[in-house]
Amino acid sequence: MLKKIAIASGKGGTGKTTVSVNLYYFIHKYWTDKVQLLDCDVEEPNDLIFFPEAREKSFNVVNQQVPKIDNSKCTYCRDCVEYCEFNAIVVIPTVKFAEVNASLCHSCGACLHACKHGAMLEYDHKIGEIKKFDLGIGLGLIQGELEIGSSMQTMLIKDVIKEYNPETEIVLMDAPPGTSCPVVTTSADADFILLVTEPTPFGLHDLQLTIELMREIHKPFAVIINKDGIGDGSMEKYLEAEDIEIIGRIAFSKEYAANYATGKILNNLDETQDSFYRNLVMNLKEKLN
Amino acid sequence: MKIVISSEGAEMNSVFDLRFGRAAYFCVYNEESGITEFLKNEHADDQGGAGTKTSEKMVELGVQKVISGDFGPKAKDILERFNIQMVILPDNNRTVGEIIETLKGK
Amino acid sequence: MKEITVLSGKGGAGKTSITAALVSLSERAVFCDSDVDAADLHLILKPEVKESYRFDSGYKAIIDSVKCIDCNICKEECRFDAIHTDKGFYEVNPFQCEGCRLCERLCPAEAIVSVKNENNFWYVSNTRFGPLVHARMGPGEENSGKLVTVVRRKAREIARSLNYDFILNDGPPGIGCAAISSLTGTSGVLMVIEPSMSGLHDAKRLLDLINSFNIKSYAIINKHDISNKLTDEIVQFLKNNNIPLLGKIPFDTMFTQAMIEGKSIVELYPEAKSSKVLKKIWDYILVN
Repeated sequence: MLKKIAIASGKGGTGKTTVSVNLYYFIHKYWTDKVQLLDCDVEEPNDLIFFPEAREKSFNVVNQQVPKIDNSKCTYCRDCVEYCEFNAIVVIPTVKFAEVNASLCHSCGACLHACKHGAMLEYDHKIGEIKKFDLGIGLGLIQGELEIGSSMQTMLIKDVIKEYNPETEIVLMDAPPGTSCPVVTTSADADFILLVTEPTPFGLHDLQLTIELMREIHKPFAVIINKDGIGDGSMEKYLEAEDIEIIGRIAFSKEYAANYATGKILNNLDETQDSFYRNLVMNLKEKLN
Repeated sequence: MKIVISSEGAEMNSVFDLRFGRAAYFCVYNEESGITEFLKNEHADDQGGAGTKTSEKMVELGVQKVISGDFGPKAKDILERFNIQMVILPDNNRTVGEIIETLKGK
Repeated sequence: MKEITVLSGKGGAGKTSITAALVSLSERAVFCDSDVDAADLHLILKPEVKESYRFDSGYKAIIDSVKCIDCNICKEECRFDAIHTDKGFYEVNPFQCEGCRLCERLCPAEAIVSVKNENNFWYVSNTRFGPLVHARMGPGEENSGKLVTVVRRKAREIARSLNYDFILNDGPPGIGCAAISSLTGTSGVLMVIEPSMSGLHDAKRLLDLINSFNIKSYAIINKHDISNKLTDEIVQFLKNNNIPLLGKIPFDTMFTQAMIEGKSIVELYPEAKSSKVLKKIWDYILVN
């Protein structure tokens, strides 16, 4: 049965990518080889860096539909302006001026319904790419990459999460940082969410916001404390008071940070990490079955 | 020439509003007739595109000069295209009336 | 007026800790937390809120299932796949609804209404270093870009009215809508780069974005001793792109310690090496 796990964190840099990449490897090792990794951090996708052997299998462009006004048909009636909730259309009848401001447009299509004169057309505007990679093990990586300058990250994520292989049993989704719409889009489809945090005041504050979100969207979740040992004890106090499960702790290690820096986390696995992730995988398996 | 001054209120002694797209009011001053008229800015609280809509209004009104504290990139784009002169006045210690007096003095 | 935004592309590179340090070095400046999605700067600046505002992030549609005639038009026309029928009736997932109101306009049974979303707040506060404009977004909210625009606009207004000529902005991670809104029209971007392959990859994408707006940039390498190899690569990358490198800050647990104390590193450990580097960086930004 297909199960989807999202890896999220309010604060950036807490270790989402590390956990995602390792989980992919260890789910393959201890659970099933029908596992696929989706890099949903489309603004800054980084999972690929940790798979130097990856081979690109396919690639497609994702477009958004942006409207354009055909001035030869436009009667400057301003009906489209009335329909546009985003103030993206400027029509000035007195000077016969009509134009869509693409940077304000949300591609909702309302103006096409508003226009009774066939003056509203749509054209493709690139928002990013989706690439699929063979990783040697498992069913591979799917990566969304936002076009520089585009603000349509949520739309691209929606496309990425639809792309998983139908044979997949486990889909891992590496979410972007934050607590706003891109994170919701990534988590909305998940059966379980792993929240990766660090025990610092910033980590705690952002975790609290993320937990608020998880409760609002009614998703089961557990917390992984990464860089355990830095910071103070307020994280533990909070999690205990709220009765939130800590599903794993990864001790802070400067050596690990150095391996991460050079992209070598899967080449330097030691016994401690192996047993840590084996436990985590078993734990998840039990939870999801 | 029609000149628009962004204003925080609808009176001559209202303070000059440093915002353009989100100014509370606009004072339309007709240089030839000396008549002033205050218009409420309907887009002041819009969530986005306020600069665009306000600029659209300026073109419709046939304004040739706009005096405000700042113009956003979208407002600038439209005002420039319709040759509406933008004057940036970086202080809000003056009233609209005082600014008009200065204009008259020129 | 000079407005500098601190950005990194990659999250966790140290934007907020570095911004807080620069804030504590500044005089006559206004501060702005543009990371509205996971705002942390207030944990160090401990603002005393003076004014609080509601930010209206748009509409959400609601379907009245009594009036609904199951015609499916709304579901078919919604481009955000926000309308669902899993429960046997038509309903809108508020987290997916973009607030375009198309369904409301097309519904033949007038069964759809749109309500304003009132989950976001923004504040004007006083801190021990000067005024701060910051925000709190409701969980799962959209339009963080617009909220960034709102807080930045207020920061400029405050700076103008106080006759201050400097604004320091703590930016969001990524290069999407929030990051774009935090850098348009600023006088410069201070990039905080962490020496990892991810950090470099993300910095390259960030620089492409900054360049597309023709904005000046400078860089800091944070935690430089985590990887000398990547630090060297970043130094070369900056050189090739003519980006001034203002300083290298070592990996330093004093940052975490300062965070726990609710202070910036410069306040808590003014004599630390990192603090001295930050002082130099600040002096450079002031005159360049």
